[in-house]
Amino acid sequence: MLRVFQHHMVKRVAGAILIGLLVLVMTGPQGNGSEPTSGFTGSFSEHMSFFGFFTPPRWITFALLALVLSLLVMFAKYSHRAWRRAQESGAAAARAVASAAARVKYVRSRRSGRYSGYALLVLLGIFLPRIITSQSWQTNIVQLVAVYILLAIGLNVVTGFAGLLDLGFVAFYAIGAYTTAWVTGALPTSPPFGIHFNTFFAIPFAIILAMAFGVVLGIPTLRLRGDYLAIVTLGFGEIIFIFANNLYGITGGSTGTNQIPYLSVHLGPLKYLWGLTPQPYYYLTLAFIVLFLMIFSSLEHSRVGRAWVAIREDEVAAESLGIYPLKYKVMAFAIGAASAGFAGVITASQTLFVTPPTFSLSFSINILVLVIFGGMGSIAGVVVGGLVIQGFVVYMIQSPPAWYNPADLYMYLGALLIVMMIFRPAGLLPSRRRLREVTQVESGVARDQMLTHIGPHNRVEEEL
Amino acid sequence: MMLKVENAVVRYGAITALHGISFEVNQGEVVTLLGANGAGKSTTLRMLSGLHAPSSGTITFEGQEITKVKAHLFTTMGISHVPEGRRIFPEMTVQENLEMGAFGRKDNYDDDMERMFTLFPILKDRRKQLGGNLSGGEQQMLAISRAMMSHPRLLLLDEPSMGLAPMIIDQIFGIIAEIRKSGTTVLVVEQNAAQALRLADRGYVMENGVIAFSDDASKLLHDPRIRAVYLGESIE
Repeated sequence: MLRVFQHHMVKRVAGAILIGLLVLVMTGPQGNGSEPTSGFTGSFSEHMSFFGFFTPPRWITFALLALVLSLLVMFAKYSHRAWRRAQESGAAAARAVASAAARVKYVRSRRSGRYSGYALLVLLGIFLPRIITSQSWQTNIVQLVAVYILLAIGLNVVTGFAGLLDLGFVAFYAIGAYTTAWVTGALPTSPPFGIHFNTFFAIPFAIILAMAFGVVLGIPTLRLRGDYLAIVTLGFGEIIFIFANNLYGITGGSTGTNQIPYLSVHLGPLKYLWGLTPQPYYYLTLAFIVLFLMIFSSLEHSRVGRAWVAIREDEVAAESLGIYPLKYKVMAFAIGAASAGFAGVITASQTLFVTPPTFSLSFSINILVLVIFGGMGSIAGVVVGGLVIQGFVVYMIQSPPAWYNPADLYMYLGALLIVMMIFRPAGLLPSRRRLREVTQVESGVARDQMLTHIGPHNRVEEEL
Repeated sequence: MMLKVENAVVRYGAITALHGISFEVNQGEVVTLLGANGAGKSTTLRMLSGLHAPSSGTITFEGQEITKVKAHLFTTMGISHVPEGRRIFPEMTVQENLEMGAFGRKDNYDDDMERMFTLFPILKDRRKQLGGNLSGGEQQMLAISRAMMSHPRLLLLDEPSMGLAPMIIDQIFGIIAEIRKSGTTVLVVEQNAAQALRLADRGYVMENGVIAFSDDASKLLHDPRIRAVYLGESIE
């Protein structure tokens, strides 16, 4: 009898049933004092719609959902295998797609190919407001695509380049946004030096302050590695959130800040006001994205970038070669924080006030998803990943199909991520180094094995 | 005297790994630290490369006290460490690995790169290959040449023969002799006592975190205590 439970299929099904039961009860009705068990029993007996087709009791709906999900996973696996087989047997369509993919890979591998790819992206960026002319579309593109891409390329420096898992990246974004409010006098505390600065000056203030916080947070915490670091950064994100929410005298607490003035420049002959229309914000953000991309990509190929790779691959070895890990990790933190700080300025000055709920944990995770989806450590990948996912989000907000319920957004994104992990585990446009890491892990070669492998021929070589 | 360790005590939390060891390495020598698993050899090397500071005792290098100096500063002082298990960067090419070895240097190191390629011709052939795709012996050669890229006056080797075929071990020890001829002092930690003693000038034998005895390598090679414990009776 016990043997049966050890079979992996039985284990898998039992695990799925347990998780299903948990979700069933967790999402069920609340109980009440007079009938303490009503929440539990109601979770099973209350009726719930199955995609609007019919409305059976909840437990039937859940069973059907589980069935659909497992069919989907099976289908994904099957189609993945079928795709491979088709490629091997040389079906014309599969061959065509494969050769197109090889072509993309080839173009990306050439410098001229990469640069024309970047030029194309920038051109698309410049002409986008001519293609999409609706104001609400444009506002959403600034707030939900451009700002997210800014954050993702910053997090990519920390997580992709230096290999530090940061789950509290939103903190630097919050610092940028609150600095904007502070500098322009929209907080209960008086602005720096008692002067109400023009909003435009919030940009250097926010970037410098975010970087400073990166250093201050980094020095004590970056001595930790891996999971421990992730936990500490998670804590830092929450601390910033709780500070923003509870320090009424400084941040305005849960009601948020006072009104922040529009962004404007007033420097001698140079005068400009970013008003209600989203387009000027769009171009400012685009300019800064390009600027940050240029800085980050030249950093990636510099001495600092090589030190990051060394630390990511083997911290002890890096240290023994004269690289001070703490220094370069703190640098990654501070540099990544810069673009997040700027993103905070854009959000604060366009939405005109800042409230704490914006800076929740789910935001940090959302940014991390963009980085993973696009390809950790690949700048082009992260930008394209941001465009795809956040573009989808904006599309669903602007012209939702009839069947779409906004509350389900993360469900769809989660499904998308799962499919991605099955088909392209290294991301949409993976960096070459990361791709190798993933393929080697997939073929069963753990890093430790690679390091201490015994004998004249390495397994890696045979399997690649 | 190049390197002098006096009464060094190293603790990992409540466990004391080194109970006050003292030894020295002279300019131009090859010195070997022998001992069984857990004797404290690797801990000694970790201490000597700044990865684990001693809780008491002193380390002097070329007349300068370096007891509390941090690990990343050792290469600039002239000490280079080839860590246990080689620890090459698996996702970097051979050439990139060597470049990382010269990280602390501001001057041109092309000549040194060429020198390493003449010392290890196989690395030149594999220049563009990933470190992780090399065989164990090649990885060890890469680890040694990477450490040599910083122009050390003292080279610390932690178990260079670990997990390698006998023929490759001979080759590696040949290279170490070569390195010594070029003027670099070498401290090598080994379990392979026969190989290490044939190469070395002097040897220290560690047991349970203390140095049990020491002598000239040629004498240790014929010492009955060594022969019984480390060499069996198979030698010569």
